Amino acid sequence: MSAKATPREVKSLRDFVPFILSELKPRGNIFTPFNIISVPVIFLGVILIAYRMVKGLGSITNLSQDFPWGMWIGFDVMTGVAFAGGAYVLTFVVYILRVEKYHSIIRATVLNGFLAYVFYAGALVIDLGRPWHIINPVIGNKFGLSSVLFLVAWHFLLYMTAEFIEISPAFAEWLGLKRTRKILSSLTLGAVVFGITLSTLHQSGLGALFMMAKGKIHPLWYTQFIPILFFVSSIFAGLSLVIFEGSISHKVFSDQLDDEHRASHNGILIGLAKGCAGAMFAYFFLKVLIFMHGRHWEYLHTGWGLWYLVEIIGLVLIPCYLFLRGAMYRNLTVVRVAAVLTIIGIIINRLNYSVIAYKWYIPLPAHYVPSWMEIVTTLAIVFAEIWVFRWIVTRMPILRKPPQWATEE
Amino acid sequence: MLGAAGTALTARRPNAAEIASESGEEFKGVLVDTTRCIGCRSCEEACAAAHDLPVPDIGDESVFKKGRDTTTTQLTVVNRYETEKGAVFAKKQCMHCGQPGCVAACLVSAMKKRPEGPVTWDTNCMGCRYCMVSCPFDIPKFEYDSWNPKIQKCNLCWEERLKDGGIPACVEACPTETLIFGTKRELVEEARSRIYREPKKYVNYIYGENEVGGTSWIYLSAVPFEQIGFKTDLGTTAYPEYSTGFLYSVPIVLILWPAFLMGLSYLTRREDEQEKKEEKR
Repeated sequence: MSAKATPREVKSLRDFVPFILSELKPRGNIFTPFNIISVPVIFLGVILIAYRMVKGLGSITNLSQDFPWGMWIGFDVMTGVAFAGGAYVLTFVVYILRVEKYHSIIRATVLNGFLAYVFYAGALVIDLGRPWHIINPVIGNKFGLSSVLFLVAWHFLLYMTAEFIEISPAFAEWLGLKRTRKILSSLTLGAVVFGITLSTLHQSGLGALFMMAKGKIHPLWYTQFIPILFFVSSIFAGLSLVIFEGSISHKVFSDQLDDEHRASHNGILIGLAKGCAGAMFAYFFLKVLIFMHGRHWEYLHTGWGLWYLVEIIGLVLIPCYLFLRGAMYRNLTVVRVAAVLTIIGIIINRLNYSVIAYKWYIPLPAHYVPSWMEIVTTLAIVFAEIWVFRWIVTRMPILRKPPQWATEE
Repeated sequence: MLGAAGTALTARRPNAAEIASESGEEFKGVLVDTTRCIGCRSCEEACAAAHDLPVPDIGDESVFKKGRDTTTTQLTVVNRYETEKGAVFAKKQCMHCGQPGCVAACLVSAMKKRPEGPVTWDTNCMGCRYCMVSCPFDIPKFEYDSWNPKIQKCNLCWEERLKDGGIPACVEACPTETLIFGTKRELVEEARSRIYREPKKYVNYIYGENEVGGTSWIYLSAVPFEQIGFKTDLGTTAYPEYSTGFLYSVPIVLILWPAFLMGLSYLTRREDEQEKKEEKR
């Protein structure tokens, strides 16, 4: 990256257009394995979405009157937002607690969180039956004030704004806008406080959506504490994804990193592992308390009981232990294995609420299973997000240090 | 603005059974005496005609072979159940809850509980299908095959008849007076007096009197309700109340969290500055 040596400033539209055009050009090898796989998938996904817009939701999804919410809600929105939780947890640690150790990964995490909201919460648009009405709750074409979903919708919108403000200094540095950067940076703390508050409410709000599905969700999962469980699990879901994504980014974007950043990264991962272990233990403890109070012993003998145990022992307690062990012995492989297990556990947990243990009394042939087209569309959205992430990381100071003029102030 | 939303919610009354709107108008509904139903399906025919939907062939008795659910084109269906007292017919449609889950779920108030009693759907809907997730009776049906889908459900003929002082098409069409239209209070009184008059004929239970906080449609039966396809484990708590606990906590978090976070941030900043000062010395 030779460009970072010379401070450039985009002063007028005349500078701006050629600059953007030059930045839009692809860099590096075009025929990487990731590109070869992702391009056809994204292409197919776009065709499927267009087809769905013309022919209706039933044309490419397996949704039915019994299963109104499928993979696009259960995975894209529910799980995607949980994984985006790393942003509010780390901004809390860095900007509120001022633990400087994690400062070097804050931008990548916030960018990831922001893009996760744009793409995964944005995936909601293709799941809505009448997506052109999505602005109704914003413009006041009736406010459904008693709806949890009203709250979640508003919070998504406001939180995306807050995260955009948090990441915007990087955009200003990229464009060389000194004054704008100064103004945007001064907004960061406010955006962080606002963002953490919103995250607390909508992470738990996603769980609260299922409160009225009483009787439809298996008793082992349905409890009045779903909102708290969703909130606590979003903490370690987000941190695990930071560990997972950070480990990959470090290999893929190693040219962006200076030696100092590289050296500190292991310590950061160990710290995050400790955080995960703590949050997961609290979550496990909550789960046990709720189970005791629910008195659902009789279900443990069934297949559902086994599935429940797989989730809370195999994909919560065991990774919790692995995180602790990995942190104690500073073994990063163990930490990464734990992160992957945790990520799988979160996916299964969110799918349990929305799809798998939802209407558990309807047996398999009639039970919802996503169609291949739903899966392809989801993959296309994930790939598209990675494309945008990669484009921004290779052009803006996300992983690399900000330009000198920005740090001098 | 969200804080204001939460506070407005806390002012809502928490009692369970609702029989009247906030203006004081009593909800109207229908009493279904399943002991009188002969399974003629005239109600299905009248319903389809009233809503411009394909009219079913009501002479075709093969439909009774298996239980049917309402669909996007059949807002009411009559099912036959083999019970300890022989064949019993039961009509199914929206129960028009006193405090409906679907109405509380809707983020644009497309689902509304009208002062007259019906729960209706409006076109400002965005198609999120949260009403379907929240309905204890699985009544709202979504048009999956349309680019511009609607939610279809019984509206108690609110648009077609009730607004102009009429009665629902199914009630009018019923030849055996299985269906009676009236206010919830009148209907419960009538149902109770029938049970008192003929205690051997009816089970001593009025379905919908208190289910999910009370519904505008209520049912009488000669056999236990689980034998004629009714969910008997729904409880008497109105569905919106399951999420009020969370909603009440929203304004609290919205006020306390920023104060707490700002305070914490202030504390850590002070330490930073103090360290700097000490370094200078």
